[in-house]
Amino acid sequence: MSDEVNLFAQQEANRRRSRWLVIGFILFFAWLGFGGDYIAYLATAHAPPESYHHVFPWIGLVLTTLGALMAKYSYSTGPTNILKSTGAREIIDAQTPQETQLVNVVEEMSVASGITKPHIWIVDDPDPNAFATGHDESDSNIAVTQGLLAICSRDELQAVVAHEMGHIKNLDVRLMTLLAALVGAVALIADGAGRVMFSGGFGRGRSRSSSDRESGSNPLVILLFVVWIVSWILAPLITRLLAMGVSRKREYLADAMSAQFTRNPLALASALTKIESASEPTRSIKGGAAHLCIADPMGRAVNGAEGKVAELFGTHPPMPTRIARLKLMGYEQSEQAIPGGSAAPIATPTTASIPAI
Amino acid sequence: MIGIVLLVVIVAAGFWFVGAYNSLIGLRNQVFNAWKQIDVQLKRRHDLIPNLIETVKGAMNFEKETLESVIAARNQAIAATRGTTDLPSAQQVQATAAAEGQLSSSLSRLFAVVEAYPNLKATANVAQLQEELTSTENKIAFARQLYNDQATVYNTRQQQFPASLVAGFARATPAELWEITDASEREVVKVDLSMNAKK
Repeated sequence: MSDEVNLFAQQEANRRRSRWLVIGFILFFAWLGFGGDYIAYLATAHAPPESYHHVFPWIGLVLTTLGALMAKYSYSTGPTNILKSTGAREIIDAQTPQETQLVNVVEEMSVASGITKPHIWIVDDPDPNAFATGHDESDSNIAVTQGLLAICSRDELQAVVAHEMGHIKNLDVRLMTLLAALVGAVALIADGAGRVMFSGGFGRGRSRSSSDRESGSNPLVILLFVVWIVSWILAPLITRLLAMGVSRKREYLADAMSAQFTRNPLALASALTKIESASEPTRSIKGGAAHLCIADPMGRAVNGAEGKVAELFGTHPPMPTRIARLKLMGYEQSEQAIPGGSAAPIATPTTASIPAI
Repeated sequence: MIGIVLLVVIVAAGFWFVGAYNSLIGLRNQVFNAWKQIDVQLKRRHDLIPNLIETVKGAMNFEKETLESVIAARNQAIAATRGTTDLPSAQQVQATAAAEGQLSSSLSRLFAVVEAYPNLKATANVAQLQEELTSTENKIAFARQLYNDQATVYNTRQQQFPASLVAGFARATPAELWEITDASEREVVKVDLSMNAKK
């Protein structure tokens, strides 16, 4: 950990780790589909010429197509549905000073991140939280709750908005929608196949008729088959764990992006402290959008959880760890702020000060 | 056989060359775009100043000197940020930085004077202008930060080994970073109009 205190180093480390997790996810998914085809191919390879030979990889193709269709559907309808389900209202003309400030802060962060200004939404919920959704950099939405506006200072609000901008810039909406759809496809098939298997008939009868006797002579094929079946039984759990792992890495990454945009990691740390101490769950945000929020909408019971098991299933890393990492970045930055110490001058624009140019 | 290997190597090198060339050009355009963003934000600031002057003028007509120095600094800053069609030269960056620094310090003097007029401070108009100006100052700082980040990426890329071979063909030269040169400009001036929106 000591070698990755710098915010760019943290970004790089989290990108690398989430990349590996995504690769692992895809390999596992391929094993579930095309792995089964390969086993069936091995099992039927030495069958008599007139019996069934598995050459066309339909298991893998069906699974992949199902996953792709589900991803496409939830991706195209997702952003509108999420915003609708939270009852958010879009700010077009700011009415109150609070709204003006929010609009200004979002504009500032879109300048800092170099992406098109997103649509701004307010959710009437007293619990502090915020989320981002949308398809890409030019078509995105940022929503904050009334509760967040109430408790955050300008700098803290800016840091939270920057975190959400980080999600947009990293295309996390796309990534997480895709992973969620693949998890869904696997769960659907595992569930369906489980029912068919237990109700007897189909699965067992078919495999015995064509391949069992032939493959009986090859223990490797049987071993592979057993591993494959066990993989399918555990698949809903494993894919979920992998997806949550990716989600947590993307949260750390978005925190580090926020630090890059504001150059003020301590503001995000103090915003997170405030959000954490509001123990109420955010009722208007449903579970489906949890991975895009600044903090898990389930509330403190989830955000503060530090046990190993609770951590594995969380969309967000535990708050104390996030805050500690941000403080490290802040510390690193104050070390660097010695004149001439770094290539890029560090600007920390704040409410009450006009930075000299 | 050797011929085929040679051909493969040459084709691969060709692809690499085109890729490296294009990525340098892409980065260069990003730097240019970031520079233009600073321009946009500076213009917004220049446009806000007449409003500010108009609002505070009535209440502080005996502080003419301060107001005039803001106006003069603004005009000078506008003259310094003439549109550029290419990456800015070192002189351009420095001239713009100096003129805007001047404007910043005269503005902060004005705000220090406004401090002395509690009635003026309390008006909604001034509070609003304060939020707008804070936001604009932040945007300038963030645009500058983005420019420096992009320029650093571009500079690093063209100096690092394999890409540095292509840098000459892409006519890539290090982009000037926007640095604070004057020690007095380095300090951040406190302005507190304690607006109500701020908690």
